[in-house]
Amino acid sequence: MNLRAVGAIYKFEMARTWRTILQSIVSPVVSTSLYFVVFGAAIGSRISEVQGVSYGTFIVPGLVMLSVLTQSIANASFGIYFPKFIGTIYEILSAPISHVEIVLGYVGAAATKSIVLGLIILATAGLFVPLHIQHPVWMLSFLVLTAVTFSLFGFIIGIWADGFEKLQMIPMLVVTPLTFLGGSFYSVNMLPPTWHSIALLNPVVYLISGFRWSFYEIADVRVEISVAMTLAFLAICMTAIWWIFKTGYRLKR
Amino acid sequence: MAPVISVSGLSKTYASGFTSLNNINLAIERGEIFALLGPNGAGKTTLISIICGIVNASAGKVAVGGHDINAAYRAARSLIGLVPQELHTDSFESVWATVSFSRGLFGKPKNPALIEKVLKDLSLWDKKDAKIITLSGGMKRRVMIAKALSHEPQVLFLDEPTAGVDVELRKGMWDVVRELKAAGVTIILTTHYIEEAEEMADRVGVINKGEIVLVEDKAKLMQKLGRKRLSLQLQHRIDAIPEALTPYHLTLSGDGWRLAYDYDTKGERTGITSLLGDLRAAGIRFVDLETKQSSLEDIFVSLVSQ
Repeated sequence: MNLRAVGAIYKFEMARTWRTILQSIVSPVVSTSLYFVVFGAAIGSRISEVQGVSYGTFIVPGLVMLSVLTQSIANASFGIYFPKFIGTIYEILSAPISHVEIVLGYVGAAATKSIVLGLIILATAGLFVPLHIQHPVWMLSFLVLTAVTFSLFGFIIGIWADGFEKLQMIPMLVVTPLTFLGGSFYSVNMLPPTWHSIALLNPVVYLISGFRWSFYEIADVRVEISVAMTLAFLAICMTAIWWIFKTGYRLKR
Repeated sequence: MAPVISVSGLSKTYASGFTSLNNINLAIERGEIFALLGPNGAGKTTLISIICGIVNASAGKVAVGGHDINAAYRAARSLIGLVPQELHTDSFESVWATVSFSRGLFGKPKNPALIEKVLKDLSLWDKKDAKIITLSGGMKRRVMIAKALSHEPQVLFLDEPTAGVDVELRKGMWDVVRELKAAGVTIILTTHYIEEAEEMADRVGVINKGEIVLVEDKAKLMQKLGRKRLSLQLQHRIDAIPEALTPYHLTLSGDGWRLAYDYDTKGERTGITSLLGDLRAAGIRFVDLETKQSSLEDIFVSLVSQ
């Protein structure tokens, strides 16, 4: 394996993060902090407990997951789309590196950024609401698994997109609504039966449910199902990327 | 010695149906400078892009250093440095960072001394910490060359390397290319500047409409296809060429003071001796004469216009 190439891509992408730290780290942390201020401290105090935890505490895993999902997609999609846009992708395609190594470099950097961001948001949340994590290893596992899976998904979007509008389309029109409706701010068990059934079609429900379980041992679906659904989505993304490199879709003419 | 690049039966048809390359067969010898000439859209960049792994071939085989570019892509690509035609650069990176990135991408360990030498050779050392966005077009072009040289390639593709570069800088680049050749690097050069090929190349390949029209040693090509022109400055102005001189197909200048005679250098008899005799017999005297060899550009134009 060409580990130096993986390292070169990884460091290059991470360097971009530090160059744009306001946009990459500070901005999402400030946005999420506002959620905690509004829903945790201001409105949250007037909302009754959800499944035995205060509302402000209840929404922490969902908000962390919201940031990790959106940032994973944004980081990875931009990371691979930008070289395509400015033409520097020629260097990646002509280098002696395998498809796996390319993905490791880009997705590894995107996932790292998301995980760091998720942990910063978690630490920030601790400033606003009381926080406890029942299963820290599982929490970290869900965080890493989600960051990697959605970074892979972002990588696919970055390759598929042939313009900045398309780059934003899936995250804005699909991922954000699914995340908001996936139980970030409520338990899907609170929904009427019909909407509850529909909500279970949303893959994000399983991610948030599993992640929340690792914090408070409360979940909308069984944790095994959450893990299985996340792994299934990971497998789908990996298959799609394998096909992209096999065919050269939107990479090679 | 086996060729460093071997292309056989290579074809490329794009999804649009446009055939860019049609059954290309080509062998590039180790250590030579090979100039690939052709008009716009002839297929030069497509050919290079396939060899480098950027474009998929529709048919055919390519080997670099004996390694198939698909089956043994790592070994093949690690030998290649590419300077593309377009100025694709990361605007917000420093020169040092982007050149070092290229070396890492090719799996080479850090070597600051080498990067320093490359940047100094290309007169970029004082710009090593500058962001690429602040550089001129010529400097960006040199950064592209530095990136390609950073991983010590054995085969270097220069796709229009001196486009938009001023004359002084162009000559500087030629010096770098000569040094690389002296170090044993094989160089494949595409250019619109015919004088560049004439100056630099050992062999010339002409590609037109996706097909290789010819591959020839430059000197032999110029000898084989080159024509010479004999120009005579007359002592007295003439209004027309005498009928006795018709077999020579002479050309009279508009002012009537110069006669031109084109002849084939490869012929045993050039016809000059008899022409001079017949001129004398016709009473035409001249005060000066000069001969001029047709340039590679003339040869190129005549080939692609066929």
